[in-house]
Amino acid sequence: MSEILLQIDGKEVKAKEGMTILEAARSAGISIPTLCHHEKLEPFGGCRLCIVEVEDRGWTKLVVSCVYPAEENLVVRTRSDKVDRIRKMIIELLMAHAPDAFELQDLAKEYGADRDRFEKEASFCIHCGLCVRYCAEVKKKNAVGFVGRGTKKEISFIPEIASKECWDCKECFPLCPTEALQAAYVLTKALFSSRSSS
Amino acid sequence: MPRINSPAELEEFRQGILSKRDPNKPCITLCSGSACHATGSGDVADSLEKEIEKQGLSGEVDIRRTGCHGYCERGPIIVTHPEEISYFQIQPEDVPEILSETIKKKKVVERLLYTDPGTKEKIVHESEIPFYKHQERLVFGSNGSIDPKSIDDYLAIDGYSALAKALCGMTDEQVLEEVKKSNLRGRGGGGFPAGRKWEGSRNDPEPIKYVIVNADEGDPGAYMDRSLLEGNPHSILEGLTLGAYAIGSHEGYIYVRQEYPLAVENVLLAIKTAEEYGFLGKNILGSGFDFIVKVHQGAGAFVCGESTALMTALEGRVGEPRPKYTRSNIKGLWEKPTVLNNVETWANVPLIINKGADWFRQYGTEGSKGTKIFSLVGKIVNTGLVEVPMGTPLKDIIYKIGGGIPGGRKFKAVQTGGPSGGCIPEELLDLEVGFDELTKAGSMMGSGGMIVLDEDTCMVDVARYFIEFLTDESCGKCVPCREGLRQMLKILTNITEGKGREGDIELLEELSETAKEGALCALGKSAPNPFLSTLRYFRDEYEAHIKDQTCPALSCRDLISFYIDPAKCKACMICARKCPAKAIDGGKSKIHIVDQDKCTKCGTCFEVCPPRFGAVTKISGEPVPSPIPEEERIIKKRKKNE
Repeated sequence: MSEILLQIDGKEVKAKEGMTILEAARSAGISIPTLCHHEKLEPFGGCRLCIVEVEDRGWTKLVVSCVYPAEENLVVRTRSDKVDRIRKMIIELLMAHAPDAFELQDLAKEYGADRDRFEKEASFCIHCGLCVRYCAEVKKKNAVGFVGRGTKKEISFIPEIASKECWDCKECFPLCPTEALQAAYVLTKALFSSRSSS
Repeated sequence: MPRINSPAELEEFRQGILSKRDPNKPCITLCSGSACHATGSGDVADSLEKEIEKQGLSGEVDIRRTGCHGYCERGPIIVTHPEEISYFQIQPEDVPEILSETIKKKKVVERLLYTDPGTKEKIVHESEIPFYKHQERLVFGSNGSIDPKSIDDYLAIDGYSALAKALCGMTDEQVLEEVKKSNLRGRGGGGFPAGRKWEGSRNDPEPIKYVIVNADEGDPGAYMDRSLLEGNPHSILEGLTLGAYAIGSHEGYIYVRQEYPLAVENVLLAIKTAEEYGFLGKNILGSGFDFIVKVHQGAGAFVCGESTALMTALEGRVGEPRPKYTRSNIKGLWEKPTVLNNVETWANVPLIINKGADWFRQYGTEGSKGTKIFSLVGKIVNTGLVEVPMGTPLKDIIYKIGGGIPGGRKFKAVQTGGPSGGCIPEELLDLEVGFDELTKAGSMMGSGGMIVLDEDTCMVDVARYFIEFLTDESCGKCVPCREGLRQMLKILTNITEGKGREGDIELLEELSETAKEGALCALGKSAPNPFLSTLRYFRDEYEAHIKDQTCPALSCRDLISFYIDPAKCKACMICARKCPAKAIDGGKSKIHIVDQDKCTKCGTCFEVCPPRFGAVTKISGEPVPSPIPEEERIIKKRKKNE
């Protein structure tokens, strides 16, 4: 595989063809915040927190680094006023749902995000999809999935599968950046056991 | 069923069809598109059949049920041939007279003709009616003369001649070059040059390639793609096959929403007959080229009109846009090079191949060539589908073709480009429609929706309406769209309810930036447009709502009050009787008063108060005057001799 040379935050970075900007940056010890990224999973591009500025043939544009491929001579800036402003807004939007999630609180400190900017609608889930994708891509069980669309979208365990598979696995629990997953599982378990016992 | 194996055979077959048709034989065409179907064209058709038999005209007159003619405001429409007399708003009871007078005696039935609203003159022919006169119906025109269920009708108007010309007389490269030269740009939203998109796919070494028709038209009020697919399905198939030939694809898909049952029915039938005739399938017209088309019915998600979401849905997965930065003409459906174009784009292709890129380029502006079909709706006299050359001023579309604003109201803005488009104000009415021109004005071409708004429309409420639509239709995958729109809708709703706060505009602007720059797909990126464009041209309305709790258009329910002017009220009781909330106090000869606590602001009193009195008014931003004293409410009747 051929090697690519690109510039991230003024630093020359070597990357392999097929790598994303995020992978290239992390391999060089440059950190970019993410919420929906997991190295074992296909890029999702959902949280948009890893947004960066790239300069490509004279054009500056914003792209998400977890998907955008590392290209020869690409100039990447992982922080800028605009990037920071967008990250701050994303964190604030998510804190309406999970104000007490530690990961979000740390990010809020870094980007000066206001935890209370938007009215709380605590659903805890921030739709990063880590549990759903991990279960599908790594475990190949599909015991948890998304239901609904848009603002009504939720994660939900499929009771018939979850009752068989989840008890001894629970590998998705530590992936969850909020407590949403555990809550959903407990709920499903409660619903399922009440139904099977009745 | 004939299997046509060469261009010569096609020509021979076409001559056969034409020779069997007597151009002087009376023929009645009846618009049977979805809009006219809704206004009763089905019943008119039944009545025609019965009446023809009753009047002994069986065999002497043909009936042709065509697709949409475009003038939906005046449907159902009948045109009698060969005289081309046009009758509008036809009901079953009009049928006997049309047959006995026009068909038998060749006399015009005056009362069914179009009356010019200005000159009051009766107009006999479709082409002389202002709505049609100012159009250039290159793509849409054939709808009125063919039965979409009859492939012979399509062949009679030179159908599939472009396919024969290309497959048996041009190389695939020549077809591509012609389309590139025409500078045909995508009619579905982005306006990307079709030829360049095709070229990318064609040059890709991957041997398996796909072509797709995007018929997932989802913009509120827009129905040009439906009408084309319903009214002239073979033209779409022909265009698609030409595209497939140009890029080297042998499999195509039509992604059509299942809410379009007639379009689905007509296109499925068209595919079946085209296969039987040999215009689809193996060795098309003896050229050695193979191509098949399949229909996929969408489940009604707006986001599936976005190309990558559409392809994901076609693959059988949840219709969400892909995060990848690779263009779908390189890695599209099942990761193969895929050319996806909108219905109207494909419909233009046979014309370009038949008549040449130079012919096509004579229509339009420097950057936008050809014509565009717009769906003209809202506060407009002539609702319908209109096709005009690119570069036609908005003013001409709205006034010359659309007939202006009904009810003597004043024009305020025109919303173009669908929900993620924008509003264009009166001062820009001279704007010539084109992809770049509309984008520059803060709106977009989109797929060609055009919603006219009058002075009674509140622009903040318009923005709220479209943001609500987009919130409902967001797929929910990325944060800037799902969460950003959720908050934008809350803020906009608050503003229209008089609960706006200082700083709301700035917060909306910040949320807009996040969506515009950060959202995953084109829908999310353009979602803030309804807010941004109304803010750009109507900022004062936002400020009036927030600072003064006033709705200048007197439209936002929470910000207006209904008031009866005691000096104008004639105590006629009409409003009091019609008020569903029993909120109007008064009696015969007793001036009426609206009880503001009981009033639900439905506006009934305002609508029913006779215009010659005009006593009911709307008030916003100021307190309702206190009721006049009880003793002054009695109206003394004047005696006859006084």
